[in-house]
Amino acid sequence: MYVAVKGGEQAIDAAHRLLAEERRGDTSVPGLTLEQIAEQLTLAVDRVMTEGSLYDREWAALAVKQSRGDLIEAIFLIRAARTTLARFGYTEPMNTKAMRVKRRVSAAFKDIPGGQILGPTFDYTHRLLDFGLTRDEKPEAAATAPADLEQTMPRVLEMLANEGLIEQPSAAAREPDDLTQDPLDFPAGRDLRLQNLARGDEGFLLSLAYSTQRGYGRTHPFAGEIRLGLVEVSFTPEELGFPIVIGEIMVTECEMINQFHGSNEVPPQFTRGYGLGFGQCERKAMSMALVDRSLRAGELGEERIAPAQDEEFVLSHSDNVQATGFVEHLKLPHYVDFQSELVMLRQMRADIEAKTRKAAE
Amino acid sequence: MNAPTYNFAYLNEQTKRMIRRAILKAVAVPGYQVPFASREMPMPYGWGTGGVQVTAAILTPDDTLKVIDQGADDTTNAVSIRKFFVKTSGVATTEKTEDATIIQTRHRIPETPLTEDQILVFQVPIPEPLRFLEPRETETRVMHALEEYGVMQVKLYEDIAQYGQIATTYAYPAKVADRYVFDPSPIPKFDNPKLNDCPALQLFGAGREKRIYAVPPYTKVVSLDFEDHPFEIQTWDRPCAICGSRKSFLDEILTDDAGGQMFVCSDTDFCARQQNQSA
Repeated sequence: MYVAVKGGEQAIDAAHRLLAEERRGDTSVPGLTLEQIAEQLTLAVDRVMTEGSLYDREWAALAVKQSRGDLIEAIFLIRAARTTLARFGYTEPMNTKAMRVKRRVSAAFKDIPGGQILGPTFDYTHRLLDFGLTRDEKPEAAATAPADLEQTMPRVLEMLANEGLIEQPSAAAREPDDLTQDPLDFPAGRDLRLQNLARGDEGFLLSLAYSTQRGYGRTHPFAGEIRLGLVEVSFTPEELGFPIVIGEIMVTECEMINQFHGSNEVPPQFTRGYGLGFGQCERKAMSMALVDRSLRAGELGEERIAPAQDEEFVLSHSDNVQATGFVEHLKLPHYVDFQSELVMLRQMRADIEAKTRKAAE
Repeated sequence: MNAPTYNFAYLNEQTKRMIRRAILKAVAVPGYQVPFASREMPMPYGWGTGGVQVTAAILTPDDTLKVIDQGADDTTNAVSIRKFFVKTSGVATTEKTEDATIIQTRHRIPETPLTEDQILVFQVPIPEPLRFLEPRETETRVMHALEEYGVMQVKLYEDIAQYGQIATTYAYPAKVADRYVFDPSPIPKFDNPKLNDCPALQLFGAGREKRIYAVPPYTKVVSLDFEDHPFEIQTWDRPCAICGSRKSFLDEILTDDAGGQMFVCSDTDFCARQQNQSA
């Protein structure tokens, strides 16, 4: 006689033990240390921190290791860990103008006060496999920029704004909303949109940004300024009543200059798009800035026709933890629903067969 | 680096309070989808994070928890969720429907009638019954506010025109307390009648979509239909091959690759009980 399928629990345990074994791989090869991941897979760790919404290199490195290098899985681990952390409050707004710059470029001007500082970048490298890396060789010491990196670099867009050529950055008079504490509601303010994009999937934002460049909601962008460096984080503990610096974090910031706009009240001026992420994440920050600008279509009186201009579409589908969960949930059993469909389909076919037979008689 | 220690049932107390508020509002306005600040849980979205958060928010150390998926306690995801609560809360668990104080479910309502002392927590993928007719949240919210459900009736009518019957077999829309049309989650329409006038509190959690809604005890739930095409549930022309029940939802088991098949209860606890009674 048939006995209902059992043994799910033991099967899961065994599958997870197998996963642990596969994760470790050949045990004659030394295991990866978290220091190696944090130091040498830096950009993977940066992405996990940015989309995981938690600045902790050590935890992010652990997540990369645990996920076998599947970054969306690593981001998911960080998000879940984040849920369990106590919240102490909000930091003061970060001042990226006071950034200790490691890299800073503008594509809008040939030279800028403070200088163009290339820093560590893949740009202009020839993408040839470097077989030297198969051996653990120490790289040559790099000459550093002649620029004084200790001085505060003025912002390119601020210089344009001083002349009135670009809109002032928008600042809401209220406290920003918080995506992690309140459900997303439409229409969303720019504060919420930027939070959503900062956590959003790099690939999704990249493709959306790309689509705007190919004509689906063009915004005529110029990379006004991209900067990477360390920024101080300040926090005001209630019992102190004044802000204290609690640390420094590495961020990438992108300010896009976009097509100009004018009205009866305001003479034509450029508009802005903004991107920010943890660590070195230029592709993400640039994509974010382009999509941010596209999502401002309504506010700027532009016709909304392209996917990247559609707030509900973009914000509802940008989160890769949500997306991967729902897509992959199709692996879960759906026996009951499928059975319901089977019953109906068979009955429909029987009805048709009966009708055909009747007609033939 | 130290591993963090977790609070009872994983969520911190502020989060539980926020979720409980949403639940209270949901109970006060039956069938209305209450937005809540869903958290990232250690299982994926679409795998029951809404149900898990609701359960975590209402769970007390004295509760006895039952978790089912497709009606069965032993399906992989049910096992995973039950283990999660055992690990994070230490509550007692059971497979017996009548022994449970909280039952978290995916895709089924147990065959054994529920009581006033029980809470049924549904895992919901898409809480919005109008979603596949109107993808925009901003639009569907207005439609609910105006009780504008014509589009749903039109969809059901088009089914009849095309197939001779209403072609929705699960997640079948129903109206709660004569006001809100709601999605009972992808339970088979076979289970819809159990929603009506149920003594247990029924809570619905959608984690990814950040919505909680409820059917309070003894609330009227009417599946949508037409006078000349009344709502009907699935029937099978044979009983369960294991317990012989003729009143339960049957899963089809393929027994070979030559068309062999058999039908058995999807509710494994109910099936075992029936076997014991007849033995």
